Amino acid sequence: MSSVDDFVARIEGTCGAEKHVIVVFKYDKKDEAIARIRKNAQLKNSIAGIIFEMVFKDTSFRVYASGKAIFRSVKDKKELYDLLAALLV
Amino acid sequence: MDPNKVREDFPILKRAINDNPLIYFDNAATTQKPRQVIQAIIDFYEMHNANVHRAVHTLSLEATELHEKARDRISRFINAMDSTELIFVRGTTEAINLVAYSWGLHNLGVGDEVLLSLMEHHSNIVPWEIVSKIKGFAIKYAKVHADGTLDQEDFISKFSSKTKMACLSQVSNVSGAINDVKKIARLVHEHHALLLVDGAQSVPHMPVDVKDLDVDFLAFSGHKMLGPTGIGGLFGKKELLERMPPFQGGGEMIKEVVFGQERGRCDISWNEPPWKFEAGTPNISGGIALGEAVKYLQRIGMGEIFQHERELNEHAVKGLRECTKVRIHGPSDLSLKCGIIPFTVDGLSSHDVALYCDNYGIMIRSGYHCAQPLHQVFNLSSSARASFYIYNTRDEIDRFIEVLKEIEQL
Repeated sequence: MSSVDDFVARIEGTCGAEKHVIVVFKYDKKDEAIARIRKNAQLKNSIAGIIFEMVFKDTSFRVYASGKAIFRSVKDKKELYDLLAALLV
Repeated sequence: MDPNKVREDFPILKRAINDNPLIYFDNAATTQKPRQVIQAIIDFYEMHNANVHRAVHTLSLEATELHEKARDRISRFINAMDSTELIFVRGTTEAINLVAYSWGLHNLGVGDEVLLSLMEHHSNIVPWEIVSKIKGFAIKYAKVHADGTLDQEDFISKFSSKTKMACLSQVSNVSGAINDVKKIARLVHEHHALLLVDGAQSVPHMPVDVKDLDVDFLAFSGHKMLGPTGIGGLFGKKELLERMPPFQGGGEMIKEVVFGQERGRCDISWNEPPWKFEAGTPNISGGIALGEAVKYLQRIGMGEIFQHERELNEHAVKGLRECTKVRIHGPSDLSLKCGIIPFTVDGLSSHDVALYCDNYGIMIRSGYHCAQPLHQVFNLSSSARASFYIYNTRDEIDRFIEVLKEIEQL
């Protein structure tokens, strides 16, 4: 079974008052990561094939075709990891 | 100047990002490096690598000569009296820390005041706040207008006989607003205080003459002016540097360390400035490469560079004003600013804007840009920032505006 670390290169908190988190997927795994996320989460909107607005277990987030995702309302690192683990199955 | 010709010297600009040509608009954070600078580092390690000073062998003498020649070139670039007024540091942050800890720790105390402004980068705030807690002096912050320009009346009103030091950026790293440092220096000196200028966003982009401006200290970073990371400069007037105690202790910054049998302790005498402030082995290749970067800038001419960026700025602002959801922050009078544009897009976080641009190979920054107090003035939770340099073109800006117009449709 794949783990979060198989897909994720870096997790960065954003700078600014909004406490967002950016997840950067490994370059060679980004397409697979996006495919898995799209399979497991609900697609709310797809914009120009570049941005995918997703919802998973009441958490909304955006995935970018460039291999990055932005989460706006995760509480802490553990919650994010649990979320990613479920999304990347 | 012809930016397309300049671009040929920058290998990284040939890269594609996400299948798009790289457009690098994050120059206020760091700049790209021309092959001449990269080659200077390679040449040093392939041909001249040795530690500087205090050795008699050929390689050390070569390394010392290259390093000191670079110091000489950089000091002439800012028109210092001579190279002994230029201390090699890691960058602007270390330069300001050096002054705060060396000069501040020994010259400031309870009853004294340091004057800063709300447009400062954190690196021109935090060192003073730390030393203030140790020494008990007060810090006052001059206000900034809603457009990001300094409130000069408030700045003047905050001066008193207690003010010993004023610290101000010459160009804001967020709004690009330019401060009239020459006028401010006159004012500061009338109050018998000293002026430290954060030149991180000015030295790389415009002619800066420390004699003409009459600043007491000027801090700048090499990596923001085509040089490598981990190297920068602190200019200090000779008479001030001579009176200041060392910042860090170690090799190179001492004249003698004599163990006294009677006391059972070492008696230490300091080296002359600038070496008094350069403890340990310096970033030799970095200093040499920064010298090469300066040579590159001099060949183009700082006046030309300033003009080029101003034209890019005008072109970009014109395009941005056509975007209905884009809000530009900072001075609307473009003659008051450099090629740095902070902006927001209605309904989108700055990080989404930056991620969207990234998808098209356009590198812009999002967040506070290490200037949270100025974002409080702007009442912004963060901003996106595009910043230009010598290799940027109008075509790149046109592409950027196209992408922003797409973003507006989200």
